[in-house]
Amino acid sequence: MGDLSGRLARVHQLIDDEPAVADAPAGVAGRLTRLCSALARDLPATGAGVSLMTEDHGGGGTAASDPSCREVEELQFSLAEGPCIEAFTSRRPVLEPDLAERGWRRWPGYSPAAHARGVRAVFAFPLQVGAARLGALDVYRDEPGSLSSQDLRDALTFAEVAVGILLDGQRAAADGDLAPGLDDVLIDRAEVYQAQGMVMVDLGVDLTEAMARLRGHAYAQSQFLIDVARDVVAGRLRLDRDTS
Amino acid sequence: MITVESLADAFVEIADTLVDDFDVIEFLETVTSRSAQMSRASAGGLLLADPHGRLQFMAASQESVKLLELFQLQNDEGPCLDCFHSGSPVVNTDLTQAQERWPLFAPRAAAAGFRSVHAFPLRHRRNVIGALNLFSSDTGTLEPQEIKIVQALADVATIGLLQERTIRGQDILTEQLQGALNTRITIEQAKGALARTHGIGVDAAFDLMRGYARRNHYLLSEVAQTIITDPTRHPELTENGRTS
Repeated sequence: MGDLSGRLARVHQLIDDEPAVADAPAGVAGRLTRLCSALARDLPATGAGVSLMTEDHGGGGTAASDPSCREVEELQFSLAEGPCIEAFTSRRPVLEPDLAERGWRRWPGYSPAAHARGVRAVFAFPLQVGAARLGALDVYRDEPGSLSSQDLRDALTFAEVAVGILLDGQRAAADGDLAPGLDDVLIDRAEVYQAQGMVMVDLGVDLTEAMARLRGHAYAQSQFLIDVARDVVAGRLRLDRDTS
Repeated sequence: MITVESLADAFVEIADTLVDDFDVIEFLETVTSRSAQMSRASAGGLLLADPHGRLQFMAASQESVKLLELFQLQNDEGPCLDCFHSGSPVVNTDLTQAQERWPLFAPRAAAAGFRSVHAFPLRHRRNVIGALNLFSSDTGTLEPQEIKIVQALADVATIGLLQERTIRGQDILTEQLQGALNTRITIEQAKGALARTHGIGVDAAFDLMRGYARRNHYLLSEVAQTIITDPTRHPELTENGRTS
């Protein structure tokens, strides 16, 4: 458990350390852009991008480590195909270490266009928590080859941080920064997910909103998320529309 | 002793689950239940390691909050953690003698009514990707031949997860594993939602969901997902007051 907490903190630190860019977007978009840059710097990758998607698979905005990556991200929506769309729909990572060899069959429209922009390998990670889907994180390389297990683990850590940034987006301060690593370490307990389903029913909102409300409540009350979740599951706590 | 009939039955059922529309959680549950049954265990569970090296609960021979707690505990100590690190089975351990070895886990497992415990590693090439955990309410020991058979069943679980052995084995395993982990989360979220809708406990909610899926020949994971994203599709399940 200590390892994960350390890894999450490290990713947040890498994002904080990203140099500010003139005309950079503010808030959540800004932090996601810095996440992409930090990832490209930290992993053996040439770039990264995040695409937000909705349940009906419509695209809702992107962030990327550089303009070329941003183009490659957006390609997927204009062509309606690509690794991040596939990762989003299949609810699992899509790892393609050799775009030139295998990508053509998988994504006949996307592959040549990405290839023309120097992409040789793509690794897409869905941004999701169970049934709640938010989008996908793409990692690009300019030469073929798989990511090592360690790099995969780090990429997945970046994806987890991206999910947290998106969920906490509404509650972020104006400069887009939120207390890093808000109890992320303990979120893999069954009670937390059960509580998400319960809050969804209690409030009559969708799952993503329920998750954000749970996190927000924990933050506002300075409680651990797992304790709030246990209270919800045990029936000791019922979030209502007025509860912050 | 494990009989030839029970072994044959087990393999037929597992093969069916592999060949039909594949639902990863149901598949793992089948392997777990059959392993428990064949080794005369009272209960069993299967854990998979996430990319951060934490053992995550995936399936059990019966869903219960009590059992779930015993599985979640084993991230810190216990037979599953031991076999995960050593790569070897941990068998025939008398819980009343295991106080020193597992000071937290042993008394809790004993308090839950269990007397002995076994854990088998799920292996992939040179790595251990998880563990199969069996609990017995007596001190029944497994014979060497039985140990081999249960280990073979654990290996079948790994094969089922992989579904194909190619040079992309590592990537495919990551994709499958992440998909499976996410499916489990969806099931917990759906348990919470159903529990709240009907005013029942999460264990009863699981039984409700699974009974419904089986009666109507739906995949458990699909029902869980739809409960969250499109509840009007299963009104029998999601409307209060309509539980049969």
